[in-house]
Amino acid sequence: MVWGVLQFPGSCDERDALNACRLAGGEARLIWHDDDDLGGVDAVVVPGGFSYGDYLRAGSIARFSPAMEAVARFAADGGPVIGICNGFQVLCESGLLPGALLPNDSTRFTCHQGELVVGEAESPWTSALEPGHVLSVPVKHQSGRFFAPPDVLEEIVSGGQVAFRYSPGSNPNGSLDDIAGIVNREGNVLGLMPHPEHAVDPLTGSEDGLAIFRGVIGAGVG
Amino acid sequence: MGDGGKKVRVLIRPREGILDAQGKAVERALPALGFDGVEQVRVGRLVELVADDPDRIDDLCQKLLANPLIEDYEIEILDD
Repeated sequence: MVWGVLQFPGSCDERDALNACRLAGGEARLIWHDDDDLGGVDAVVVPGGFSYGDYLRAGSIARFSPAMEAVARFAADGGPVIGICNGFQVLCESGLLPGALLPNDSTRFTCHQGELVVGEAESPWTSALEPGHVLSVPVKHQSGRFFAPPDVLEEIVSGGQVAFRYSPGSNPNGSLDDIAGIVNREGNVLGLMPHPEHAVDPLTGSEDGLAIFRGVIGAGVG
Repeated sequence: MGDGGKKVRVLIRPREGILDAQGKAVERALPALGFDGVEQVRVGRLVELVADDPDRIDDLCQKLLANPLIEDYEIEILDD
């Protein structure tokens, strides 16, 4: 199993993502944003941070990087891709996932340990998790309010594309339908605002995030 | 870039009906500054550029300058 973790100017969670991948199992390496070759990796992580300063809109400029164009081809071939926080924003801006992430309705940056309820999506990323299972993972972002027009939202929900919701009453940002993470129609691309890569060691409060990374290995990838 | 480039101004705004968190933050700060009676603040972006072919700016807006899911935009080609 070889993991590739993208690194943009302004990424800041790529080291924790590498660590999470290695703990889940396998080798993990960074892929620089200017590299148009993913080097034969088995799965890709688009990490959190503030790619290209988040100028214009969060994730809007990163989508044009050579590495993201390679990720789009990789995803179209069925390769597993996870976008976390800014990575989720990049995947939405790229059109690899539906919808958009808006600034939190609180107008504040949120940073806390949150509870995520596993949704009904079928994906290698959630293959180790039962719907309704609750994960404890850090939630930290400024623009995490998931939005989609009514017809698109209906398609996401009825099409079984919701991977994670904030637990009832804990929606931190005004996301529609408490959505914290979604997959594409095929299920191989997952985006979520909370940070499973920061929840991989009991020393820091939770290792619940590992199940997401291990799910990909369990699903037979790599 | 040739000398014949046209100045273009693109105004981008949050779509009607979508909560504008920036506008809300600004609006909340106004009473403390003594600006009573100012409301419905909405914050957008103004992008100015010079383009050889202004007809291509709509495509640029769709792909980068605006996210049509959440933002509306207006393109204004300025006279020389």
